[in-house]
Amino acid sequence: MRAYLSDRMGAALLMAPLLLFLVLAYAWPFLGVVKWSFTLPTPGLGQYEALLTDDLVQSVFIRTLRIAAVVTVVSVAAAYAITVVWVRGTPVQRVIAEFCILVPFWISVLTRAFGWVALLSNRGLINTWLQAIGFISEPLALVRNEFGVIVGMTHFLIPFAVFPLASSMRSLDDRVLLAARGLGSSRMRTFWSVFVPMTRSGIIGAALIVFVFSLGFFVTPAILGGGRSVMVAELIYLRIFQSPDWGLGAAISVVLVLFVGALMALLFRYVRPKQLI
Amino acid sequence: MPTYRPGPVSLIIAAFVALFLLMPLLAVIPVSLTPSRMLAMPSGELSLRHYRALIEDPRWIDSILLSIRIGFVSSAFSTVLALCFSLGVWMFQPRFTAALVGFVLLPMVVPPVVSAITLYFLLTSISGFSSFFGYDTWLGVAMAHSVMTVPFATVLMLVSLSQLDRRIDLAARGLGASVWERATRIIMPNIKFGIITAALLSFVLSWEEIGVTLFITSVNAITLPRLMWMGLRDNIDPAIAALSVILIIITVLVLALRSFVVRLRGAR
Repeated sequence: MRAYLSDRMGAALLMAPLLLFLVLAYAWPFLGVVKWSFTLPTPGLGQYEALLTDDLVQSVFIRTLRIAAVVTVVSVAAAYAITVVWVRGTPVQRVIAEFCILVPFWISVLTRAFGWVALLSNRGLINTWLQAIGFISEPLALVRNEFGVIVGMTHFLIPFAVFPLASSMRSLDDRVLLAARGLGSSRMRTFWSVFVPMTRSGIIGAALIVFVFSLGFFVTPAILGGGRSVMVAELIYLRIFQSPDWGLGAAISVVLVLFVGALMALLFRYVRPKQLI
Repeated sequence: MPTYRPGPVSLIIAAFVALFLLMPLLAVIPVSLTPSRMLAMPSGELSLRHYRALIEDPRWIDSILLSIRIGFVSSAFSTVLALCFSLGVWMFQPRFTAALVGFVLLPMVVPPVVSAITLYFLLTSISGFSSFFGYDTWLGVAMAHSVMTVPFATVLMLVSLSQLDRRIDLAARGLGASVWERATRIIMPNIKFGIITAALLSFVLSWEEIGVTLFITSVNAITLPRLMWMGLRDNIDPAIAALSVILIIITVLVLALRSFVVRLRGAR
């Protein structure tokens, strides 16, 4: 009995500091933000009504969903292609694929967004080269629009899509593929009707992770969108710092959390957490 | 060994993806060597003036030192908190473990912008009482970074604890070791690789944190990413290209070293 009591004391003592820290520094202020959404500038549900009626807010939400959908499809497809080589390639191919996945993954989001500015801007590499060879006379508008945002976000999110895909491809039994080939299925057919369906949980996991991440994306859209294709996260920033409207910023945050929470619940219905690493 | 290799079509598509992933990292190299004061491709002569600017301009040095200081403090803080918490979970397996771990992981899964406005609320509230700990102070930034990095540190610790054999702890316990002795002399030496990784990851995450930092700093606590952000939004400063090249080289070197060490350990 005494040992039992001291066990519980020990657990409580060891776990308390972090839990206390997060309650004070995260849970409590989050409730404060929720309170803002109901009380600023006037008490009531006014901010949530504004979310449903304000044209600007509506258009930002729709743009965010549209960009997130496009980015999800493109980056999961691209990640799938490189993951196949990373998991099932020859040793040399694997090293190269791993390098191409991990180096961008570890480089900061700012450096990567800046790299795209250096490539895509009016005086950037692509426009300079295309003009030098006389292919175009006026620079193409590649950044400060939705195209630039989608390119930059896809680049950022491909490595995040790779990990769940790799985990599902590693657990796949080779003999099934050999059986399909042995029964006369072509390479293409084996890939599309055996390999891809068997990695479905990885595809669902990767798609949901990328989609959830892109809903709350801030840095890349703000730099590559140049203020012209504002997404939800940047709208929150603008409401807080440029047109002080803390209530609306807080209300958008609350809606975003609820939406992401619902998507996460969906994620864990289909995929177990272990399959995501 | 997989017997089923990707075919030529897969390899060609993967090569395009690889090129896409590396392209923006390669693009900053020529930009960093431009003699121009604005973002442009060098035409003809090359110059190292933007690398010199990094050393000579005190703003860059100050922000690098500040980022290192914040990284150390927040990484130490979140590593210690995460270690204690994970030890508690592993040694005592209390009830509601899943719920408690889920709560600790919240800052990792909640959209960063929502965490940012939450920490902005916290630090502006603290600023009412204290002038050296709150909005736009380095201690405030360090605390906010700890909130953001502690879930990652906890995940790493729990993963390395889950690979530990429970019987060695049971043996120590049976031989009469106290909780303190079990933690410090049995468990921690066995997960030291996980602890070091957690500390390093926390430092790196703090070093490059921008989403939250943007909300909680204005003029005093200018970390390196914050300074880069200012240079990116207004007039694009090619010094950022020079800095990016240096950061990319460091990343490549560290990753190469890591895979070398992993191979060496595997060979033994």
